[in-house]
Amino acid sequence: MKKGYFGDFGGQFIPELLMPPLIELEEAMESILPTEEFQTRFTNMLKENVGRPSAITYCPNLSKDLGLDLWLKREDLNHSGAHKINNTLGQGLLAKMMGKDVLLAETGAGMHGVATTVAAAMLDMKAVIYMGATDIVRQAPNVNRMRLMGAEIVSVESGTKTLKDAINEALRRWLSDQENTHYCFGTAAGPHPFPTLVRQFQQIISKEARQQFMDRNEGALPDVVVACVGGGSNAIGMFHNFIPDTSVKLVGVEAAGTGEPGCDSSAPLDHGTDGILHGTLSKLLQTEDGQIMPSHSVAPGLDYPGVGPEHAHLHATGRGTYVTINDSQAINAFKVLSRREGIIPALESSHAVAYAIENRDALKGKSVLVCLSGRGDKDLGILDQIL
Amino acid sequence: MNPMQIKIEEANKQGKVGLIPFLPAGFPNREQFWKELAELDAAGASVIEIGMPFSDPVADGPVVEKASLKCLEDGINLEWILTELKKRKGQFKAALLLMGYLNPVYQYGLDTFAADCEAAGVSGLIIADMPHEESQFVKDALTPHGISLVPLVGLNTTRERMKLYAQGAQGFCYFVSVLGTTGQRESLPARIKEKLAEAKEVFDIPIALGFGIKHPDQLKEFEGLMDAAVFGSALITHIQSGKSSDSFMEPWK
Ligand SMILES: Cc1ncc(COP(=O)(O)O)c(C=O)c1O
Repeated sequence: MKKGYFGDFGGQFIPELLMPPLIELEEAMESILPTEEFQTRFTNMLKENVGRPSAITYCPNLSKDLGLDLWLKREDLNHSGAHKINNTLGQGLLAKMMGKDVLLAETGAGMHGVATTVAAAMLDMKAVIYMGATDIVRQAPNVNRMRLMGAEIVSVESGTKTLKDAINEALRRWLSDQENTHYCFGTAAGPHPFPTLVRQFQQIISKEARQQFMDRNEGALPDVVVACVGGGSNAIGMFHNFIPDTSVKLVGVEAAGTGEPGCDSSAPLDHGTDGILHGTLSKLLQTEDGQIMPSHSVAPGLDYPGVGPEHAHLHATGRGTYVTINDSQAINAFKVLSRREGIIPALESSHAVAYAIENRDALKGKSVLVCLSGRGDKDLGILDQIL
Repeated sequence: MNPMQIKIEEANKQGKVGLIPFLPAGFPNREQFWKELAELDAAGASVIEIGMPFSDPVADGPVVEKASLKCLEDGINLEWILTELKKRKGQFKAALLLMGYLNPVYQYGLDTFAADCEAAGVSGLIIADMPHEESQFVKDALTPHGISLVPLVGLNTTRERMKLYAQGAQGFCYFVSVLGTTGQRESLPARIKEKLAEAKEVFDIPIALGFGIKHPDQLKEFEGLMDAAVFGSALITHIQSGKSSDSFMEPWK
């Protein structure tokens, strides 16, 4: 297989001026990641700062309601509130060891921006965060957090003013600031080596979850593993160590938006076609002319017209099953999990929880392990408007 | 020899740098665009670079981005560009180059695109988001139709990478003057000279300097190190202020 590809998907479709920093990053991955110094420092940070291993939680009330065994992998319990921190500490430490002093990032829901800012603060680096103007309004609590921790926030006014445009602007910034700046990409998409690098840092989710589930279930594996898919980092982290377990069904949940016919969705695997955006050949929401279509989801972290190339590959080969959940189903799951288990999930993660709720009949008697990628405090403002 | 190279060398023989103006297709509107092209052609452009608008132009600065997005809103697409160019085949003295991003070309279909480019009299292509590593399948489609993929290199391109781009390259090499996006700049980085000299050694086709260029005075210090100049944002701004392409070209003549 060609370097940087997952089957037919992946690659490095990026201006030549960005190739030197990508090559530098790839070389650093190979030379620095395996070192004992990196591994020891990273493992310690995950333990002392993030709170890993994160818990696995059985949901007794919802399990009873739904007639299935519902388990949650609690990435929401991580410091800074989502799975994103696993990746930013990994990339941040790598960048620091490469001699960089600025972490540049894009963010949709703000979780990746917060996580990057935390990493920068911990590692005594500077954080520069690009965020769409729409998302700045939608996710104000996270913007405040980032400011408090010292990030420079750049509001992106172009295009759809969401994640896609924040990525465009961050890439432009990286073009001009590449000497001391590492682009801490937030999801398992983008040009090679990001999909592999991000997966490497996120696969700890399934490494822990697989063992924890077996410990609690006399060595049995879950029947179904579920995660929401924006760019795909929490999902690939949740899937990775289950991929060889062919009895385990892997379900990625994309956002259907309002779910009305003709409305924008954020579901390129379900509704998209092959195309190239942000450095990778994957599935895309696009017009026949190859223009990128606006996406929509009530969950800002899923509001992206592309998806990581490894998911496109899992989709094409059938190893992964990808489905959609719409805004109102996600909001319902947000409320149900809060009320029945006392856990407020992020709107992104609510899409994954909603899969179990909406498919309860088909899942009767099965064990379902859901990645709760983040917590929902950041979303209370959005919900205030809707509820 | 590729027409782009022939045209630039013709200018050089007359003691001038080759002129490569850039305009997004359909800018400032469908009709006026062809008038601007005719003026640029008459004013002595060696190569005319026509932008294929894309919704997410990562390598473009604000001026080009805005102009291209306006063209997209007006419904400009590859089909329009290639059909209209075909109607006017043979009308331009300048060589024609299309510049854009991979996805629209990919959706059009590479082989059809290459054939339609040939039929429309296009001799070169720039894909801003396609480094050497991903370029083979595009070259395979273009070569049978005599269309060259113009290599882009810059201040951070090592000599080894320049050599990769130089292999089999035709037309000209596009040297990006800045680490950044397109757009006018008051001054150009000092390091350009030494990198330009390196590019001159590695490539045996003309070298064009682009990004940030707005006036011929800026080029004096690069004499002998470059063969052509590309200008886009400055020309777009000029046209947006109601002036003509012809008057923009005046100081370059
Ligand atoms: C809580 C949460 N879950 C999921 C996502 C989606 O990202 P990914 O698909 O990369 O896991 C985000 C992105 O912001 C998020 O904040």
